[in-house]
Amino acid sequence: MRYSGFRVIKEALTGHKGWTPAWRDPEPQSAYDIVIIGGGGHGLATAYYLAKKYGEKKIAVLEKGWIGGGNVGRNTTIIRSNYLLDGNEPFYEMSLKLWEGLEQDFNYNAMISQRGILNLIHTDAQRDAFTRRGNAMILNGADAVMLSTDQIKAEYPFLNVNDARFPIKGGLAQRRGGTVRHDAVAWGYARGADSRGVDIIQNCEVTGFRIEQGACVGVETSRGFIGAKKVGAAVAGSSGRLMAKAGMRLPIESHVLQAFVSEGLKPLLPGVITFGAGHFYCSQSDKGGLVFGGDIDGYNSYAQRGNLPVVEDVCEGGMAILPAIGRARLLRMWGGIMDMSMDGSPIIDKTHIDGLYFNGGWCYGGFKATPASGLCFAHLLATDTPHEVATAYRFDRFQRGYMIDEKGMGAQPNLH
Amino acid sequence: MIINHPLLGPRDAQEFTYLGDAALINRPDWQAEDAAEQFYAYQYLRDNPAGEHRELWFHEGGDRSWLVVTRNTVTHEISNVELARDVARSQGRSK
Repeated sequence: MRYSGFRVIKEALTGHKGWTPAWRDPEPQSAYDIVIIGGGGHGLATAYYLAKKYGEKKIAVLEKGWIGGGNVGRNTTIIRSNYLLDGNEPFYEMSLKLWEGLEQDFNYNAMISQRGILNLIHTDAQRDAFTRRGNAMILNGADAVMLSTDQIKAEYPFLNVNDARFPIKGGLAQRRGGTVRHDAVAWGYARGADSRGVDIIQNCEVTGFRIEQGACVGVETSRGFIGAKKVGAAVAGSSGRLMAKAGMRLPIESHVLQAFVSEGLKPLLPGVITFGAGHFYCSQSDKGGLVFGGDIDGYNSYAQRGNLPVVEDVCEGGMAILPAIGRARLLRMWGGIMDMSMDGSPIIDKTHIDGLYFNGGWCYGGFKATPASGLCFAHLLATDTPHEVATAYRFDRFQRGYMIDEKGMGAQPNLH
Repeated sequence: MIINHPLLGPRDAQEFTYLGDAALINRPDWQAEDAAEQFYAYQYLRDNPAGEHRELWFHEGGDRSWLVVTRNTVTHEISNVELARDVARSQGRSK
């Protein structure tokens, strides 16, 4: 069923009896050409592009819980392509372009809103760094503009420009950045994949890989063995424990990142604001809640909940730059598990096991990457060659010395 | 989280900084035939378990000792805290 304004009117006039479930709930078949592990944004996007762009037929997505119940349902919904390094920026810019056409492409309202993102500047050194970053973005076909303090005052009058420790001295803005209704991304990709014949199998946990003579021939699951010519893992957050079942150790640690939503407020924030120096970023959802967060907690965790010191740190950052937030009450807070890689950048690559492919290491930047991650992983699974914007995301880059370390922190995952 | 320091008693985890897996104590032999391979694994690869995890914490805001903390990564429960020095010595290290 195709969604449209006409369809809404027709259904309204006929008692809404024509709506059907957005995707099926099929029983798993005994074998598929391609099995994707993980029914999150990246896994569903991968299945969607495999079916739509690469013409693959027998595809299944296996999800241990319900689709969209992991990080695609737990993030702070921001999209942007403001990266510096060559290995990253073309990938994220392609992702942003895919976001711009996504709703028409998969015929689903994902509430994509290009309300802009602003990175605040407080020092001359930061201005130099952001100028360089803005230039790198422009060279890669993205948009970037430097704002003066006066421009920021005019556009964001509620910001504390004269904080004693971090006075605002300007900002790097990307006007095409913004926010998306995150759950709708999972649902839209699921519906688009399902309508092209992909089996989305929920409540189906992968408990092991069947590996024969160095090749992966399928997966053991809580609903029995499922054969596959190719298996792709897209379970960021749980990559470590999943790939351990294939005997792999990854250049990844799992860490918890917390996020927060205030009660619904009248429109206040016109776009996304990041206060990196104070470990705080914020946007306002269409429902009015201030959606904000900060740094990861900093220790290995699979708990999907964090501890109070980071809550305090984030709120201090919020109070410093956006004092009005002190009047808002907190509605919800939660934690999600991040694949923190050794250089802060992701991996989309084959493994040393034939037929087993890996997508992970997204750190806390996986949401904005969803369309490009799905497309590049689909490209790799279908053609056995990396997509041209994902050639740097290889496993062997650590051994060969080709790290993509945006922050320059070295192999210390909790600092990226 | 409260870390029960072997010398100082219960301390807030905020006083500490976190390094990672306690296997980092065991630096490979730089003269080994496959030293490059070993250092790659040492530096970049992790077990990253869901469950019990032995990890290095540094008491930066305290006595500046390194601790090996055994903590569950699913529940955040801390079951054992040792001085990293004692752990290294028990593995035969002299200094």
